[in-house]
Amino acid sequence: MTRVATVALNTFREAVRDRVLYNLVFFALVMMAAAILVGQISIGIEQIVIVSLGLSAISIIGLLISVFIGVGLVSKEIDKRTLYALLAKPLRRWEFILGKFAGLALTLAVNTAAMAAGLFLALFYVKHSIGRADTAVLVAVYFILLKLALVVALAMLFSCFTTPLLAILFTAGLYIAGLFVHEMRGLQAGMIDPVLGRLLRWISYVLPNFENFDVMGAAAHGRLIPGMLIAQNTIYATLYCAIVLVVAMAIFSQRNLK
Amino acid sequence: MAEPAIDIENLTKDYPYGFLQLKKRRSLESLTMQVQEGEVFGFLGPNGAGKSTTIKLLMRLIFPTAGSARILGKPISDIAMHRDIGYLPEQPYFYDYLTAAELLDYFARFHDFDAAERRERVERMLKRVGLESAGRLQLRKYSKGMLQRVGLAQAILHDPAVVVLDEPMSGLDPVGRREVRDIILELKKHGKTVLFSTHILSDAEMLCDRVGVIVGGKLQGVGAPSELVGLKAQGMEILFELPESAASATGGGELLAQATRTGDRYRLQVEESGLYAAMERLHAAGAKILSVTQVKPSLEEYFMHLVEADRAQAAAVEVRAK
Repeated sequence: MTRVATVALNTFREAVRDRVLYNLVFFALVMMAAAILVGQISIGIEQIVIVSLGLSAISIIGLLISVFIGVGLVSKEIDKRTLYALLAKPLRRWEFILGKFAGLALTLAVNTAAMAAGLFLALFYVKHSIGRADTAVLVAVYFILLKLALVVALAMLFSCFTTPLLAILFTAGLYIAGLFVHEMRGLQAGMIDPVLGRLLRWISYVLPNFENFDVMGAAAHGRLIPGMLIAQNTIYATLYCAIVLVVAMAIFSQRNLK
Repeated sequence: MAEPAIDIENLTKDYPYGFLQLKKRRSLESLTMQVQEGEVFGFLGPNGAGKSTTIKLLMRLIFPTAGSARILGKPISDIAMHRDIGYLPEQPYFYDYLTAAELLDYFARFHDFDAAERRERVERMLKRVGLESAGRLQLRKYSKGMLQRVGLAQAILHDPAVVVLDEPMSGLDPVGRREVRDIILELKKHGKTVLFSTHILSDAEMLCDRVGVIVGGKLQGVGAPSELVGLKAQGMEILFELPESAASATGGGELLAQATRTGDRYRLQVEESGLYAAMERLHAAGAKILSVTQVKPSLEEYFMHLVEADRAQAAAVEVRAK
């Protein structure tokens, strides 16, 4: 596990020294400032506007980092051949994949936490208090983080066997499809051919269900999020990530480097 | 007999190509060879001959189509084997956001050294490759030669028993090449096994106990450089000086016509049996003889002979196919 942690910490260090990451954090801070401004002109619905805007910004920025850096985690190392000297060390290929995943997950956690802190500051600025109901915002941020971890795992899986551009397209496509899982299940109720309906139902169960991670509405209105949903989403994201990463490790373990 | 440090048996590698990747190009064909413990072994061949493919197969960066290999008695699939080997990739490139010291520290962590030992090894290695003053500089500011030195440092950082270097002299200036040669000789002195690929034949001749020549993916010959090229002298070379005035006045014009001139100096190749007669004639003509050396076939000539034979064979196959 030490070797996995070593790779993870180096991945985190790379992200920290990467100026793109700083720019994105800066962008998030600008978004927060904009939220405050919008909150001031939206009389009575400041919390809804600020929380919605803040969570959307956290989600979008996180997704950009997850997809673009996630795809580059493996492909960049192969393209630049930095991996050659590393894999000659006593490091298994699956340890490399797991370390890279953990490193970006850690980066996203730190980045998301910083943005969430900005969101809470903005919220405090307009409300002058932070109450128990605001814990829903925290849960929403946690769900975004789970979603991002899943996106990173998918980006890594695709980058293990295809080009970076295709990996970005596949990951983005799968993410968008995963936002419509419930709609896919609803379609089979007499609206389309039964065979196609069954097929779509099966596909909807295999696709990552990103809809379940969206609690932005509840958080914006200060509604409490049930503990069962938190447990369910945590287990779902953990298992899904584990399965995707195992497949990624299996593919990468057999891959011929250039 | 002791087990070889590197034991390669029938190693074959095909690369698929074409839109559906159904066609195959053979890059390495049934390579069988051994590198003995404590030996410096040079792996020679022109570009695309299969040198890097062989090394990548040994490092498990690519996987063989057929055959197997063992390093220090362990199959190359065994991760424990990597504790005792050091590897310098061809044209190495490292994380450019790290300094050389950070990179070496990062790699040292995979060998479970504690913090104090890592620090000591990193400092020692930077000094050994002449980068002690540039150790705190990010690698993106390094020249190609400096990256090569970092690559060498990371390869020997953990004091491995077997060191595999892919084109270690590539991109280095004469000083750098000399330093790499010194490091290889020092590794040999400490009983390490060194396998390195190169197409700089003079380096191989100077450093290697044995060399293997690979052309077109096939091993064409293995042995000590002197064994491969043959020990029989091809003749004698006389190096002499002859001032311009004496050269025009001399009657030994026939000998001078055969000689190669550089300034006032001339090089003349003669048969061993005709050496003394030639020397007497040169002396009579007023030449000052500087040295007399034996002319032996070089590794380069042997190498070129193999390359040309392979090209001729490939051309013949092409003609037959048409």
